Amino acid sequence: MTWIRKNLFGSPIGIVLTLLVAWAAWQIVPPLWNWAFGHAVWFAESPDACRAAAGACWAVVTTKYRFLLFGLYPYEDQWRPLIASGLFVGLLGITCDRRLWDQRLLLIWAVTLTVALFLMRGGVFGLSYVPAEQWGGLPLTLVLSVVGIGGAFPLAIVLALGRRSHLPVIRALSVTYIEIVRGVPLVSVLFMASVMFPLFLPEGLTIDKVLRAQIGFILFAAAYLAEAVRGGLQAVPKGQYEAADALGLSTAQKLRLVILPQALRASIPPIVNQFIATFKDTSLVVIIGLYDLLTTTRIALTDPPWRPYYVEAYITAALVYFIFCIFLSRASLRLERSLNAGVRT
Amino acid sequence: MTDTAVSISGVSKHYGAFRALFDVSLTVRKGERVVVCGPSGSGKSTLIRCVNALERHDAGTITVNGIELTDDLKTTERIRRQIGMVFQSFNLFPHLTVLENLTLAPTRVQKIAKVEAEERAMHYLGRVRIPEQANKYPGQLSGGQQQRVAIARALCLRPELMLFDEPTSALDPEMIQEVLDVMTGLAKDGMTMICVTHEMGFARNVADTMVFMDGGKVVEIAPPERFFTAPQEERTRSFLSRILSK
Amino acid sequence: MRGAVYQAVALLGVIAVGWFLVSNTLDNLSNRGIVTGFGFLERPASFAIGEVLAEYSPADTFARALYIGLLNTLFVSALGIVLATLLGATIGIARLSPNWPVRVIAGGYVEMVRNVPLLLQLFLWYALITQGLPGPREAIRLLPGVFLSNRGLVVPWFGPDGFTAPHLAGFNFQGGAAISPELAALLFGLSVYTAAFIAEVVRGGILAVPKGQTEAALSLGLSRRQALRFVILPQALRIIVPPLSSQYLNLLKNSSLAVAIGYPDLVSVANTAINITGQAIEGFAIVMAVFVAISLALSALMNWYNRRIAVTR
Repeated sequence: MTWIRKNLFGSPIGIVLTLLVAWAAWQIVPPLWNWAFGHAVWFAESPDACRAAAGACWAVVTTKYRFLLFGLYPYEDQWRPLIASGLFVGLLGITCDRRLWDQRLLLIWAVTLTVALFLMRGGVFGLSYVPAEQWGGLPLTLVLSVVGIGGAFPLAIVLALGRRSHLPVIRALSVTYIEIVRGVPLVSVLFMASVMFPLFLPEGLTIDKVLRAQIGFILFAAAYLAEAVRGGLQAVPKGQYEAADALGLSTAQKLRLVILPQALRASIPPIVNQFIATFKDTSLVVIIGLYDLLTTTRIALTDPPWRPYYVEAYITAALVYFIFCIFLSRASLRLERSLNAGVRT
Repeated sequence: MTDTAVSISGVSKHYGAFRALFDVSLTVRKGERVVVCGPSGSGKSTLIRCVNALERHDAGTITVNGIELTDDLKTTERIRRQIGMVFQSFNLFPHLTVLENLTLAPTRVQKIAKVEAEERAMHYLGRVRIPEQANKYPGQLSGGQQQRVAIARALCLRPELMLFDEPTSALDPEMIQEVLDVMTGLAKDGMTMICVTHEMGFARNVADTMVFMDGGKVVEIAPPERFFTAPQEERTRSFLSRILSK
Repeated sequence: MRGAVYQAVALLGVIAVGWFLVSNTLDNLSNRGIVTGFGFLERPASFAIGEVLAEYSPADTFARALYIGLLNTLFVSALGIVLATLLGATIGIARLSPNWPVRVIAGGYVEMVRNVPLLLQLFLWYALITQGLPGPREAIRLLPGVFLSNRGLVVPWFGPDGFTAPHLAGFNFQGGAAISPELAALLFGLSVYTAAFIAEVVRGGILAVPKGQTEAALSLGLSRRQALRFVILPQALRIIVPPLSSQYLNLLKNSSLAVAIGYPDLVSVANTAINITGQAIEGFAIVMAVFVAISLALSALMNWYNRRIAVTR
């Protein structure tokens, strides 16, 4: 009762607001419900069924789900990216388990990424070769973001340490890199990756489009991750450095055994946030013509009879991104809380 | 009736299952100096925060200058204007200068002219003996100076009652005396005061009445001469022996 | 001594990699017959730009075209910053409202908007405007003289003939000022997206002001509104400004997504120029220089701000 009084009718303005919200909900929710569920068409042989119905046409998704999810990947082999996606998701899940935060995690990442990438690429163990140009849909989104963060991480640690180095040249190089990359939009980095990388290489050497974008993501994410790691390094008290020095550890030992383990733990939440950002950012490859989840959605919508159902298609794609991001940000929140509680120090 | 400043009767307060105050009654006359002491967690801070409506009591009544504290916002604000409060952690406004800290309430609450408010502020800064700090920011002052500014800020409302919530607990030892001196001066001028403090020397000097609380209850109320020499309750005795032996 | 060796090695490494890349690039470019250098800026651009804020024709130079693109970037960013700040501050404060429905709606907005890629949102807004809205003849009349249609939004504004209200002529509106579907989708999308982040910044800033400050203000007899206005908000603002400025920078950078829906911002114009001239290095260098210059200017401003308020907190 007190809860209702305090949270719904706390003041005259509160009463007005509550009534206003209730009225708006009354106006919006039932029609929306009818559109999305009540009169919706879930499956249809052709778009005609949708045109006749008064509700949403989810059939655009159910009809084209294989293309939406896997893009141009050969139809019979789509179990391969499916398993690879499962591996990526499992990898993310395992990474959220704090008990595994040591050298083992590095090994797990290396093995999982190798297996998943070979599964998608094929060309070994009797699997047919599928060039990266044909990868698409959700697996491509996952590859770009997971490999992007995984690849950016070592570079980020080097940059973060470099930025805190007492050697002026090292520091200047790190700061220049970090600030330039963070100052530039990702779109232009991706353009650059797709246009400039071929120019960078000696004559005759080529590099496929996906790899180009992948390198772009790694270089871009590294600058932001470096700032996250730097925050963690700053959180390590000065006394820890002094104590390590007093024990006679070498600089490398000091970093590896004392400083980095503490710094990385402290920077896990911003690292997860950077992962979420990268995951969303992979949608930008639409601009350089890769077939990620957003691109497959857009291509599916170029099919004239299905064109009017863009809202349904976009909502579905949005829902996929949303579920991944929410899962990750909840995991990050949980981690943050347990880190703050100092359950394990 | 007219010479009662604060009347607390049968006040209880819970935080979930935790009982912070239980059936507390206390009457403070105008001009009376009351010192409340007790172990930490005994409810003494909660009690004076209830008087200022910073905490809402669950049961019982609190009357300040004949006005009963209710949920009503207007009443609450009216009562707060008659009460000056000094916090353990000063709570000066860091974005305002000392002078602005002092003139904020007079100009915004009592709507008096800025010039007059500044005159009044300088008067009270003189009384707490730091008029020369008027244009500094709180962050530039020592803890003792900050607490004296906080006292001056509370006085600028010309309150009829001052509440002190462990005003010296956050201070370095060498700064405690300067704050206690200001408080003693106030007491000598006849201000009605309720002080929560562990400073027993100060209590002996200025208190008209000592209140000892433990476990959310008032255990003993006595004038200081009897309180310090012949406490009636066992719990009071053991508390005093612990705190005075330090 | 060892430090000097490390530094020399790092520097040499960077120079070597840089030399390798640059020499390869120069070789590749000369093989394709592309002359390097910024000379192309003086040549006529010979492409049209859909929306311009200053005079421009295809006969103008590439430099002029890039300038037009930059104006568009700054224009959409400035408008977006204003809208996102207003919306974000409102939602941030609403998240702290004592009213439960208001709190839940504000929280739902933030979660929904933050966790979906901005580009997807832009595509949806753009599709809704161009496919969902009626044509100019059946335009939705929002206010007298303000019409919304699949050609965008038209409002009364100062034109060559003075202040005019838009009116239907043939298949489209004449007079007033028009906000194209591209600009409208971009502006709306950027504002809605950034507002969610600003809301979190505002909420965090208000929560970061210690509780004792509210108590002290209330015990001085200030009303809740006065406490918020004179004590809490001024302090929250100091906490808010630095992260807010980085959100503004994000909005500026995100405005480059304009290229995906066809609004001619700096990145999009530079891209066209690169495609025509093949002078990728120079084009990207210009874009990077502009964005880095703006962010460096902003961080210099923030450093100054932080120094200025350092004493008062």
